[in-house]
Amino acid sequence: MATTPLSEIRNYTMNFGPQHPAAHGVLRLVLEMDGEVIQKADPHIGLLHRGTEKLAESKPFNQSIGYMDRLDYVSMMCNEHAYVLAIERLLGIEPPERAQYIRTLFDEITRVLNHLMWLGAHGLDIGAMTVFLLCFKAREELMDVYEAVSGTRMHATYYRPGGVYRDLPESMPKYQVSKWRSAKQVARLNEARSGTMLDFIQAFTASFPAQIDDYEALLTDNRIWKQRTVNIGVVSPERALQLGFSGPMLRGSGVEWDLRKKQPYEVYDRMDFDIPVGVNGDCYDRYLCRVAEMRQSNRIIRQCVDWLSRNEGPVMIDDRKVRPPSRMHMKEDMESLIHHFKFFTEGYEVPEGETYAAVEAPKGEFGIYLVSDGANKPYRLKCRAPGFAHLAALEEMCRGHMLADVVAIIGTQDIVFGEVDR
Amino acid sequence: MAERLSELIEALALKVDAALHDSVRRVAAPAHELAYETDAAELLSVCRTLRDRDGLGFEMLMDLAGVDYLHYGRDDWETSEATHLGFSRARLAARAPPDPAAPGRFAVVYNLLSVSANQRLRLKVRCPDSTEPVLDSVVEVWASANWFEREAFDLFGILFRGHPDLRRILTDYGFIGHAFRKDFPLIGNVEVQYDPDKQRVVYRPVSIVPRVLVPRVIRHDHRYEPALRDGQVPR
Repeated sequence: MATTPLSEIRNYTMNFGPQHPAAHGVLRLVLEMDGEVIQKADPHIGLLHRGTEKLAESKPFNQSIGYMDRLDYVSMMCNEHAYVLAIERLLGIEPPERAQYIRTLFDEITRVLNHLMWLGAHGLDIGAMTVFLLCFKAREELMDVYEAVSGTRMHATYYRPGGVYRDLPESMPKYQVSKWRSAKQVARLNEARSGTMLDFIQAFTASFPAQIDDYEALLTDNRIWKQRTVNIGVVSPERALQLGFSGPMLRGSGVEWDLRKKQPYEVYDRMDFDIPVGVNGDCYDRYLCRVAEMRQSNRIIRQCVDWLSRNEGPVMIDDRKVRPPSRMHMKEDMESLIHHFKFFTEGYEVPEGETYAAVEAPKGEFGIYLVSDGANKPYRLKCRAPGFAHLAALEEMCRGHMLADVVAIIGTQDIVFGEVDR
Repeated sequence: MAERLSELIEALALKVDAALHDSVRRVAAPAHELAYETDAAELLSVCRTLRDRDGLGFEMLMDLAGVDYLHYGRDDWETSEATHLGFSRARLAARAPPDPAAPGRFAVVYNLLSVSANQRLRLKVRCPDSTEPVLDSVVEVWASANWFEREAFDLFGILFRGHPDLRRILTDYGFIGHAFRKDFPLIGNVEVQYDPDKQRVVYRPVSIVPRVLVPRVIRHDHRYEPALRDGQVPR
C-alpha cells in the first residue's frame, strides 16, 4: 500500500492582542502553537508604561498620591495606602485611630470593588454574561461610597500621610427625578441613602452576602464554568513561592499567607476574619478563594462601620508639618495662608532613609520601596506590583494548555495593566 | 507589640550575622525593618544562604529595584538664610555636575520575604563599575527575579550575568537609552507622530519644552528650626 507523505507541519506563531477584549487592556502575547496547544508564550508588556516612578521623583511627596490610584485602577485606595504608609514610616508618624479604621474600611471596600470587577470580567471572558451585569450593579453602589467620601468615583486621592483627607460625610448623594427615573423609582433608590454614609454601607453589607450567593448560584456548580476552570493553570505551592506570587494566587495554591493576618497594619489585628485557602492551585480554586474573600471583607466592613459609628475623633494627625491649615484659618490668618501656600507648593521634607511598605492589595502584595535623600521629593520610588510577578509566570501556567485556556488564565491572574506597566 | 517586633528584628539580625559573618554589613533602616549591604562578588552565595539556611528561609524575592545614586543628596535649589522677615531669594546651586562614571553609582535592592518564618529583609548591592554596571543574576535562586532583572536592565542599564533572556521589557521596541537613570530627561528624547506621507508612525526629537516645577528640591526647611519657633524669633 502506497503511503502518502505527510505534509510538513510547522508550529504557528500567533499574535494575541494588544487590542483584544480578553487581553484585559494592552497585553501583547506572542504564542507559539502546535495545533491548538501552546508551546511557548511570550508576553510583551509596557504598552501602558507611563514612567509613574520617575514622575513621582520630580514632585513633592503629596502630589504623587493621585498617581498611585492610576496604577492598579480597580483597587485605587490600596495603592495609595502603601504609598502613604511608606512616607509615614520615614517620617515616623502614625495616623489617629479613627483614620486607621477608615483606612481599613476603605481597603476592604476596595477589595470588594476589585473582586467584583474581576468576577464580572473573568465570567465574561469565559462566556458568562449575566454575572457581569450583576457584579457591576453591586459595584456601582460602592462607587457611590467612593464618590461621597472623596468626590470622585475612582481616583480618590483620599489617603494622606498622617491620616485621611477628611472625615466621613454625614449624607449620601441622592438620585433625582429625571426622564429616565420616575418619582417612585427615585424614592425606592434613595431609601438606603436617607441616613449617613455609614448607614448606607451598613445596608449594603446586609444585602451583599445574598448577592454573592446569586453569583455563586450562577457559577460555582455550573458545568461549563467548571469545565473551563478546573485543572487549568495549576501552580504548586513551592512553585508559587519561587515565582513570587502573592494574594489569592498564592492562597489558591494552598499557602496560607495574608499580610492582614501575618504582618497586620492599621487595625487588622482587631478584626475578626478568616483567610480562605485553596487546595489544587487551579483557576477554580482561585475563583472560590476570591469569592470567599468577598464574604470575609464584608465581615470586616461591618466591624469597621460598627466601630466608626460609635467612636468620634480626629482623622488627621495634629502635626503642622504634614497637615495643611484649615480652610477657615487660611482665610483669616496671614501665617496660615503662607503655611498653606508652602505646604501645597513645596510640601514637606522627609528624613533621609529608605523603607519598604507593603499592603495586602486585592491582587496580592502591593509594595512601595521608597528612598529619600532628605528632600521634599522622593529620590527613588519603586512600586512592587503583584500583577507583574503573576504575569511573568504566564508562560509557565499556559504551556501545554489550549488557546482558549489562555483567556481563562489571564482572567484568573486578575491582570490590570496600570500596575504591570506603571 | 512594637517592642516584640524590635526583639524579633534583633533576633533575626543575630541569625544573619551568624550565617554570613563578614559578607554582609548591616545598614540603617526604619524601626521594624532590617537592611544589609553586600559586595557584588559575594551576591550569589549570600542569596543562597539567605534562602536555604534554617531560621532564615527567605524563599521569596518580593521585589528587585535598581537605584541610580547620581544625584543623591545634591541641592537643586538653595535658600541660604531665613530670618523673622522671611527667606532670602532662592537661587540655583552652582556646583560642578556629578561624574557619571564615579564608582558606586548604581545599586540593586532585593526585598526578601520568608513566608515560613514571617520575616522580611532588604539586601543592597552596589555595582562596582558605573560605566558598565554588571551583577550576577539571581534567577536561579529565585525564579521571580527574571522579569524584575529585565526591568532593572531596561530602565537603568544594569546587566545581569547569567540571565536567561535579558531583553527590554517596559519601554518601546527599539528604545534608546535607559529611562530611569537620573541623567535621562523626564520628558524623554523622542516623540511619535503619524506621518500621512509614509502612512506610518514615525519618531522625531521631542518638541515639548522641559518644564521645571517651581520650587525645585528643598532640603533645609527653616520653618521647623527650633530657633525660629514662635516667641523665639531672633531679633
